Amino acid sequence: MSNKGLFGFKPDRSNYPEIDKDGKAILDLSSQKYTKLWLGPNHPGVTGNMAVELTISGDEVVEARTHVGYLHRGFEKLIERRLFVQGFPTSIRMCVAEPDTNEYLIAQCTEELSGYADKVPEMAVWLRTLVLELARLQGLLRGVPGQAGTFSLGIGVQWGVYLRDLILDRFEELTGARVYHMYIIPGGVRGLLPAGFKKRLEENLKEIDDFIVRIHQLMFNNSVFKKRSVGVGVIPKEWIDQYGIVGTTARASGVKRDVRKDNPYLVYDQLDFDPPTATDGDIYARTFVRWQELIQTVDLIRQIMAKMPAKGDIRAKMPNVLHWRIPKGETYVRLESGRGEYGMYYVTDGSDKPRRINLRGPSYTHGIALLERMLVNANIADVHAIMVSLQVCPPEIER
Amino acid sequence: MKAIVQEITEKYNLQNAVFQRDNMAFVEVEKKFAIDLVTFLKDYHQFSHFVMMSCVDWIEDGQFQLLYLLHNPALKVDIGIKTYLNRTEPVMQSAHHLWKQIWTYQREIKEAFGIDFPGSPNVDENFVLEGWTEIPHMRRDFDTAAYSEKTYFPREGRFTHDPATYMREKLYPNQPVTAKKNTNE
Amino acid sequence: MNDKINEMLQRSAQNANQSEKSFIRPEDEEREVIAPDGSTIKINPIYDYFSGKKPQEEKPLNGVVEKFLNWARAESIWVLGFGTGCGSIEIPPLMTPRFDAYRFGVQMRATPRQSNAFIISGYLSVKTLKRVIRSYEQMPSPKYVLALGSCTINGGMYYDSYSTINRLDKYIPVDVYIAGCMPRPEALLAGFMKLKELIKEGKAEKANEYARNFDEYKANQKKIIKDWNMPDYNW
Repeated sequence: MSNKGLFGFKPDRSNYPEIDKDGKAILDLSSQKYTKLWLGPNHPGVTGNMAVELTISGDEVVEARTHVGYLHRGFEKLIERRLFVQGFPTSIRMCVAEPDTNEYLIAQCTEELSGYADKVPEMAVWLRTLVLELARLQGLLRGVPGQAGTFSLGIGVQWGVYLRDLILDRFEELTGARVYHMYIIPGGVRGLLPAGFKKRLEENLKEIDDFIVRIHQLMFNNSVFKKRSVGVGVIPKEWIDQYGIVGTTARASGVKRDVRKDNPYLVYDQLDFDPPTATDGDIYARTFVRWQELIQTVDLIRQIMAKMPAKGDIRAKMPNVLHWRIPKGETYVRLESGRGEYGMYYVTDGSDKPRRINLRGPSYTHGIALLERMLVNANIADVHAIMVSLQVCPPEIER
Repeated sequence: MKAIVQEITEKYNLQNAVFQRDNMAFVEVEKKFAIDLVTFLKDYHQFSHFVMMSCVDWIEDGQFQLLYLLHNPALKVDIGIKTYLNRTEPVMQSAHHLWKQIWTYQREIKEAFGIDFPGSPNVDENFVLEGWTEIPHMRRDFDTAAYSEKTYFPREGRFTHDPATYMREKLYPNQPVTAKKNTNE
Repeated sequence: MNDKINEMLQRSAQNANQSEKSFIRPEDEEREVIAPDGSTIKINPIYDYFSGKKPQEEKPLNGVVEKFLNWARAESIWVLGFGTGCGSIEIPPLMTPRFDAYRFGVQMRATPRQSNAFIISGYLSVKTLKRVIRSYEQMPSPKYVLALGSCTINGGMYYDSYSTINRLDKYIPVDVYIAGCMPRPEALLAGFMKLKELIKEGKAEKANEYARNFDEYKANQKKIIKDWNMPDYNW
């Protein structure tokens, strides 16, 4: 295991760093026992444009600080200046990894506050579920092999990115865009499934089935992957509530927390699924849970395609978007994204623009408070594996 | 859920408990009892998952609204605890001892709204901006468009239309202008 | 040693109180230190590690030699792997088998010292712009900049944001703009083709332009980066 060092020799660092009377580590850089190392923002291993400031002793991290803000665009301020419908194209760019989750959240918030939540037609609800699951699938196709990529097993990434592209093709067919779709709009969705969509999607899913088997052989039976991920980056069960850990990261530590089951939204109560869990809470367990979730997502998409009504209304009659005013109110809507609970706090004040929106991304807690704690005593080589295993996505931290 | 809201309403003398959904309520509490209420819900009613902390600037009332949103994983219900601060002297008791991620939220709110949380770790450090010299950027009286135009060399030739006027001129040029009433009001 | 750092911290705090706020970190301040042999030397960490000299314009060589060099440059575009914005999500598809930019001699490098092309993948916040300038100036000449997305052209949908810049070409020179929000990998490939054409014709001389108008670019950069705490030229 990596924390044993070369030939099982483990250096004794029990006296370093020295602890002062307040319990804080004394990190005197001029003593030459410690070095400052900046990981990012210009570093190919960091998950996006963020930086981690490490204080290291030998090859062991003694202190870590996350620095964010490199992707700050001020969405929350910009949306306060835009009409409800103008806020849509802006808001979906808040998280690039799974943009559709933002579309659903902002549509659901505006519908709920203006009293249209139960007027969305059934067909539209099924299509929304389909789009969200496809978005989760394309996120996982990048995320699962990406974990092996951190250990230089690059071949899985090559397969995964190609298959993700096939899903993006289906998105393009359905919505007209590759990455930012603008498909879920207030009152429904923008279009029906094109002819032959089901057949082509099934072909892609078959390829992904094949990929799931191959990636299992590639990753979970690989000695390098096992050596570097088992027992590394462990999240104990009691941290889950202390740090507000959600999603697959919480499930890998044995806490079954899934918004789709706990607070069912859309049609998830009509679908048959059981969120996978593990108990170890290390990188291996988290990756394995995500791999199982990949199987489950493919299964869910097949269920949705089978159970979905053939046709129906896709849009409720909504007020003129240019004069749309929403009465004073506030709400919080959440969903389960590929990374965990993803929610939005939405406040309206009776005018034609929102008063305040605030996004709650899982990376906000995973990427700052939790990551800083987890990196202490980690090896430098494992830092970026730990970061990827938490699926830190900086644009949703700083918006 | 109803019972919990009933209990805290009596205990903390709350007004305006609003049930947004069956499993989500927003309550308003006085500033000095806010952290007590959060602690009470955490310790006695197992609201163990801290969802988020947010702030709204009600500039017309001269107040900041702070929100602590808690989730109970066993009952699967949420309570949002709102409290109001004076806009001229915004100081709030820190809650960083309750959950380990709260200091991040407090650091962000300090930067974005200028609300101070004495005792919270790293609260004075920059969160997303570097070398910011204007008033806190999320306050309502900060005009981002004017700041951007003043600072960032806008490319000449770019113009924007008001969507309502533009559509009327392009699509219905001959129709008389009638202000349409919204169905929601 | 701890006392010394405390002293330095105090001094920088005093400086901050006295006049305008100093953004230079205490360990980067100009000061006197005692060397291992006991002598006292003056150090100025910011300028000791970097040249601080202005960049020089490089005249193209004559005739066939320059043509040959340009051909070689066009066929080996090494891109700095710095995902500055959301456009960086289209970089993995670009480099993997489906679009396979490797067949055009394009590949990603991890450090600015090894690369000669910089993809600005979308919006740039001021905080990132500072790092971009630093990385750009560390790249060896000749160097090329591809700017992705409408946000680098005129601000795009962030035109009124307080945090993102509107026009990239005010701060660093841009060779090829690729419009779209976000541009598809095919558009990126077309951008690379255009860049190759420019290089082969000898028109991609933006690094020289940066050297020629260095003062103007620096003034623009310093206007928006309020906490300038790095050398004027990071080479």
